[in-house]
Amino acid sequence: MTAAGNGAALLEGKGLELWRGERRLFTGVSFELRAGELLHIVGPNGCGKTSLLRVLCGLTLPETGDVYWCSKKVSRNRADFHASTCYLGHRESLKADLTAEENLVFQLGLRCWLSSADIHAALDKVGLTKQRSVPARSLSAGQKRRVSLARALASGARLWILDEPYTNLDVAGRELVDQMMSEHLERDGLILLVAHQAHGVAAGVMRRLELG
Amino acid sequence: MEWPGLGTAFWLQLTRDLRLAFRHIGQAANPLMFFVMVTTLFPLALSPAPELLMAIAPGVIWVSALLASLLAAESLFRQDIEDGTMEQLALSPQPLSLLLLAKTASHWLMTGLPLVLMAPIVGHALFLPAEAVPATMLALLLATPVLSLAGAVMAALTVGLRRGGGLLSLLILPIVMPVLIFGARATDMSMQGLDVSGVMYLLAAVLLLAVSLAPAGMSAAMRISLD
Repeated sequence: MTAAGNGAALLEGKGLELWRGERRLFTGVSFELRAGELLHIVGPNGCGKTSLLRVLCGLTLPETGDVYWCSKKVSRNRADFHASTCYLGHRESLKADLTAEENLVFQLGLRCWLSSADIHAALDKVGLTKQRSVPARSLSAGQKRRVSLARALASGARLWILDEPYTNLDVAGRELVDQMMSEHLERDGLILLVAHQAHGVAAGVMRRLELG
Repeated sequence: MEWPGLGTAFWLQLTRDLRLAFRHIGQAANPLMFFVMVTTLFPLALSPAPELLMAIAPGVIWVSALLASLLAAESLFRQDIEDGTMEQLALSPQPLSLLLLAKTASHWLMTGLPLVLMAPIVGHALFLPAEAVPATMLALLLATPVLSLAGAVMAALTVGLRRGGGLLSLLILPIVMPVLIFGARATDMSMQGLDVSGVMYLLAAVLLLAVSLAPAGMSAAMRISLD
């Protein structure tokens, strides 16, 4: 029980096990996450951190075990769960031929009603005011990552699932991620984080899960 | 938590895909180019005798239309898987089947509908009698969506594979065989001045079957491919 652990667990994993071919990636992974908490998943390369995130967000089915959101099985309440999650994967999930803004308008339009002012505000926040109407193909890797961060900001999702959010970012960008995460936790949001490096979020609300 | 309705999601997906297709119009026009080239090469390669071309016209038009849509199916989902946008679709609160149906609809508008519109010109090159043109266009209008839908299910199934191309054709061909048979028959019958309504009803029935079953199949296959 952490200091910020208030209320019931919102996200729970119970006895998760995943095999990839003949190799068992992890077994017996269980955890609970309450409002305003961050779960930092650590482990060496290839130990299944990304696979665990994919299991938790419902892209991959685990061999055994279940994920629960608000005490309901995610596999049975997919739409509810996905409406309250935002997943930032390895790939930026941007269409190279669409501008940063068009990409966000489409992806966020599927999940919530947003005005273009909301999207502009999110892009301003991540420092892409000028690159708003630049096709994603001409953005640098770090700028693309910033577009993904803007997606998380504007999505209004309660649970952020971040896979190595610091990749390709400069120092200011990493500080931005830390600041975004702190603010999100203060709003009683939840974060699942996979990152090799330490993050700059206050330790009181942090849990750690070691794999491998 | 509430999210936008199904109509909004369908429209967003459809317009996004059309916009992307228009930014790469050359690629989107490939199947049409293929269709036109194959059908117009026949009169050049064979002797340009009207009675010979007229006899082979139904077969040539329908086989080329089938192969053109086979060619198009391959690229339907590949790009989205590679850049990771498909993951985001699968993780949106909207039903994946609806979004994939919208993708297929936009794909048909870019690759199937042009074949229908081009049919009179191609028919002219093959000495297809003028009275057979409306029936052929109607049959193509009913048949090309079936080809797109069947292609989409199989493309969703094979998109996770490294070299799914050959497999894709093998999977699609047997399924769309009835469409080829009914379609070519419709053209053939209308050339002989027979009543084609029976064939049209059959094609329409196949289309309804495909529209109702394919979305569920696409979404199940796509979830397996993403796993």
